[in-house]
Amino acid sequence: MAEYKGIMVYGEIVEGKLSSITTELLGCGRSLADESKEELSCILVGETLGDAPKNAIAFGADKVYTVEDPLLKDYQTDSYVAVMEKAVQDVSPRIILMGQTSVGRDLAPRLAFRLGVTASMDCIELSIDAGTKQLQQTRSVYGGNARATFTSEIFPQIATVRQKAMTPLACDESRKGEIVPIKAELDPAKIRAKVLETVKEEVTGIKLEDAEAVVTGGRGIGGPEGFQQLEELAKVLKGAVGASRPPCDNKWVPDTMQVGLTGKIVTPELYIAVGLSGASQHIAGCSGAKNIIAINKDPEANIFKEARFGVVGDWKQVLPAFTEKVKELLAG
Amino acid sequence: MPLNMIVCCKQVLDPEAPPASFKIDPSGNKVVPPPGVPPVVSPFDEQAVEAALRIKDQQGGKITVLSLGNNMLRDVVKKPLSMGADELILLEDEAFEGGDSWSIAYALATAIKKIGEYDLIFCGRQAADWDAGQVGSGIAEILGIPSVTVAKKVEATDGKAKVERVIADGYQVIEVTLPALITVSNELGEARYATLKGIMAAAKKQPTVWKPADIGLEPSQIGAAGRKAKLLKLFQPVKEGKCEIIEADTPAEAGAQLAAKLREAKVI
Repeated sequence: MAEYKGIMVYGEIVEGKLSSITTELLGCGRSLADESKEELSCILVGETLGDAPKNAIAFGADKVYTVEDPLLKDYQTDSYVAVMEKAVQDVSPRIILMGQTSVGRDLAPRLAFRLGVTASMDCIELSIDAGTKQLQQTRSVYGGNARATFTSEIFPQIATVRQKAMTPLACDESRKGEIVPIKAELDPAKIRAKVLETVKEEVTGIKLEDAEAVVTGGRGIGGPEGFQQLEELAKVLKGAVGASRPPCDNKWVPDTMQVGLTGKIVTPELYIAVGLSGASQHIAGCSGAKNIIAINKDPEANIFKEARFGVVGDWKQVLPAFTEKVKELLAG
Repeated sequence: MPLNMIVCCKQVLDPEAPPASFKIDPSGNKVVPPPGVPPVVSPFDEQAVEAALRIKDQQGGKITVLSLGNNMLRDVVKKPLSMGADELILLEDEAFEGGDSWSIAYALATAIKKIGEYDLIFCGRQAADWDAGQVGSGIAEILGIPSVTVAKKVEATDGKAKVERVIADGYQVIEVTLPALITVSNELGEARYATLKGIMAAAKKQPTVWKPADIGLEPSQIGAAGRKAKLLKLFQPVKEGKCEIIEADTPAEAGAQLAAKLREAKVI
């Protein structure tokens, strides 16, 4: 049995570029690797990888493993797990980090079960135990009500990391690293699923994940009409509109607008929660916001425990005056 | 064509219980059930039952529900039967307690092998307690069948399933060969309510209870003994809870003052 060593980041490429979570993972992986004096590698898998391997080095990787194959055009559980299983056998990393994304959510558990090891999903904090050198993985559990720290004694240890929980390094083109191609060696007969179509439900305007101001509505908004008022405020703030789960489940707004544990994770400067109780599973998606502002008629609503400023009152009466005043202040 | 379907459902503490009632046992490794709040079927698992029922509505079939735990409340675990599932099998024993994704998936997969015939297995995308989202993929891996996770729509025809899988900015349509395992997300839509007829039918049905030995497992392979992940600690995040409430004579005035406050604090 080979000795397990080094930290490997599973990188994702979106529209030809390293995704932001990948740079975050490289930032986190770099500091863990420096701490345990190990190598940081990044594995990139896809049909074509372009400049992404070079970028992974600029963002902190010592070595980049590349797996390019036409069969890897779309993410597929069977093909990608097979590629990762082979890579783990070739490289024997001690720790594998992935993003808590559509891909990481699917790939990490299945790979862990294939390898007979454990995965910790959606981690928000990672550290290496000075004595055992094991990765300690802290994640949110019970819908955000609690945190749990896990470890395991079998390698590789796999962890997926929540988006925006870690900080990337500055891109440094002068960093040196090695690019090592790995052959995919896929057996098409073993790929039991195929992607027939990818449907994008892009919302117009600023992307929720990228917005510096987010106005979010909850059950208390009462219907699709109310969200138009939130849109107006978001426009004034040059931000985006989000929702907690009930408005999405009730089809007042598209599912892609959901902020929370199973929706989008946002970390804006300003987060205005309107008519929203602040269930833990929602807070899990916005707790990284710098300033949370709450408008809710229930003084006991959990959102006030998270907020910096708040108004207790009916949003229908509070919001128009608030929007008006914000408009005035920003104009003057 | 009628299909054989299995749905895995977990009994969990009600995730809708008020956050203030959430307490951790001083031993630091388990949650104290909030008094007066009964447990529920994990909501994503109910939606997994709904996904199976929609297929049964279209083309017929049989739905077997599988739940694992100890001292499970019959009124809770029978809910899928009252929604329209046909059969309930409980893996129920003290030895099943304290498991992780590994030992739970292993026991469920072993029970599914004993059930034998299946075209589709459904799980919720993640359980409302540990939020890991690993058991579905784990069962599929142990059984050697394909899996599609985080589905919002599932249709089955001609030995294949067509699944809409939720991704960050939309969804993908994926075709997968059967048998397959699908994990279901809330985008599928609300699970149906139990009908009175369903509740009465469920009351008459007795669940089948399997002990570890009934599926050929030793206590050392399941529950806490079969874990691979070690829980070091369970704790509640500390909240500052310093919200400054803006008060005024009218709600509109409070709204305007809130805006002024944000400017003062250089937030806008």
